[in-house]
Amino acid sequence: MSASTDKTVTLPAEPPLVTGNLGFHDITQLVSYHTEKRPPSVWYMAIAVSSTLLCVLMLMIAYLVWNGIGVWGNNNPVGWGWPIVNFVFWVGIGHAGTLISAILFLFRQQWRTAINRSAEAMTLFAVICALLFPTIHVGRVWVIYWTLPLPNQMEMWPQFKSPLLWDVFAVSVYFMVSLIFWYIGLVPDLATLRDRARNAFRRRILGFFSLGWTGANRHWRNYEKTYLLLAALATPLVLSVHSVVSFDFAVSIIPGWHTTIFPPYFVAGAIFSGFAMVMTLLILARKIYGIQNIITMDHLEKMAIIILLTGTMVGFAYITEFFIAWYSQVEYEQYAFLNRATGPYAWAYWTMMSCNLLFPQFFWIKRLRRSIPFLFLTSIIVNIGMWFERFVITVTSLHRDFLPSSWDYFNPTIVDILTFAGSFGLFMTLFLIFLRYLPMVAIAEVKMVLPQSDPHYYDKHEAEHEAN
Amino acid sequence: MLKKLIQGVKATMGIYEAREDGIYGLLAEFPNPGVLIAAARKVHTSGYRHFDTHSPFPIHGMDRAMGLGQSRIGYITILGSATGLGLATWLQWWTSAVDYPLNISGKPFFAIEPSIPIMFELTVLFSALFAVGGMLALNGLPRPYNPLFYSREFTRASDDGFFLHVAASDSNFDLSATEALLKEAGAKAVEVIHDHGYSELHTT
Repeated sequence: MSASTDKTVTLPAEPPLVTGNLGFHDITQLVSYHTEKRPPSVWYMAIAVSSTLLCVLMLMIAYLVWNGIGVWGNNNPVGWGWPIVNFVFWVGIGHAGTLISAILFLFRQQWRTAINRSAEAMTLFAVICALLFPTIHVGRVWVIYWTLPLPNQMEMWPQFKSPLLWDVFAVSVYFMVSLIFWYIGLVPDLATLRDRARNAFRRRILGFFSLGWTGANRHWRNYEKTYLLLAALATPLVLSVHSVVSFDFAVSIIPGWHTTIFPPYFVAGAIFSGFAMVMTLLILARKIYGIQNIITMDHLEKMAIIILLTGTMVGFAYITEFFIAWYSQVEYEQYAFLNRATGPYAWAYWTMMSCNLLFPQFFWIKRLRRSIPFLFLTSIIVNIGMWFERFVITVTSLHRDFLPSSWDYFNPTIVDILTFAGSFGLFMTLFLIFLRYLPMVAIAEVKMVLPQSDPHYYDKHEAEHEAN
Repeated sequence: MLKKLIQGVKATMGIYEAREDGIYGLLAEFPNPGVLIAAARKVHTSGYRHFDTHSPFPIHGMDRAMGLGQSRIGYITILGSATGLGLATWLQWWTSAVDYPLNISGKPFFAIEPSIPIMFELTVLFSALFAVGGMLALNGLPRPYNPLFYSREFTRASDDGFFLHVAASDSNFDLSATEALLKEAGAKAVEVIHDHGYSELHTT
């Protein structure tokens, strides 16, 4: 019997990352199997719902492009409204994946291997949803290429001093680098699927995308170095994306936006919401696909701790904003914050406060950190709270500008609501397609964290054999 | 001369020439990473250079056992960083200070401070593209045709199999002596790989 199917595992001091005494082949089988068989019936129900929502999104975009952005609730003085709220919401969610795959990789947090693939996929899909909103928000979608430095008939160039243009670069570079990082991670696993493929067509498609990967050590050597470099490049990139998004607000002179705390505070919020979304998706996926031995309770608990940490950081930033408003002695700044907490949008402000600062505090209790229903509930509440955070920042600061005669109360229209709901359809459809056709767990990386992957594991074994 | 050089470069990517009689090399399967690493060390100290190990995941210590040095990806990546940074600086300076200067609230046409975000983004983008492009180039990928794919056993190299391949192009290669060496190192089975679409399995 080959040692690769040898299922004896010595008990390490820390709880094992993969439970259930799985061998190399078990992991290949457990993950690849789901891309090869018919998906469970829950999958069909989910894709029916999500693709319906996607159709709603398409209709809403068509309606918008035909009529102009007057179909939304955006108006003076709230010119940004829901599209920008949704943009910041989605791009925030799109932070967890690359954070998990890059920053946790550099910190040698081996538990990341179980969740990085699906978190990165989620990141890409969230960034696609994010890119959609500013694109349709410009009104004349057909000239969106003006944001890129392309030679054109007017001989004009983009305005490189504008934070909005920085944002175009930041979000699209983030998307491209995340895509490269995700694909490079996928290559060895696509080779695994190729080698298991029975049908010639499937083998050909997978053979094309796996680039002829054979697991050669000469290749792994360059591959691992590249992966490390990509992680090192993606780490400042993750932190920069939401910093640049926050410049859209912070570089302006609107009270409530013009603050230097914005970049770190936005980044913490992004990680917070991203982890919550990863948790929502993985709690469902691990249950439906029966991979609880790979994505274990310990993984979920670690994510809960990160949610607690970042939620408290975000809450601290909310309180700091108030302190600075008072301390600055700037009348407009003070009014902006008092108005947030007590004005017409106080309901949104307190929703945000309770969802983001107070609710995650339950995670101090270990029993709740390990309770699946509670984790699921919190992950949803956190994302509701984070949507409201962006709503509070965008709308409360704009609805009371420097000219009281233009003060107004913002109301979304049905098109706003359906477009936002539809963006979930886009996100979920892409994620379900991913679950169906690609390995949802990084197979090669999970094998690496098994004790059997260490060549010295066998030295100990041989020694034990001889001693007996 | 040139042909030799090209063959040498291809050998660093793991692409070897088949012998005149069509033999591409020997493929040995080992039971686990521990035995594989010892076998690689043995093959290397016996003077072989055109060989490679194949495993479902990278094995730590294998580079040293095979006598390989540091990967050169870092140099390629920093070239990409310089390209990205240079391009971003030139792009912002040339478009806003040379080609079409526009006075925006009396700000300088070009200054470092507002140019930093774009410089950073393009530096990261080009570094990432060079790193990945360089990795593919150094590895000789994509490589759709590989005689090793003729081996039926080899499909397990991406699942739970641990293989060592000695290429026929190695100057020390000898069909029976190399096979004996591999078996001595603990190979479960040795296969002769032909470049014409078949392989012969010799189990121990």
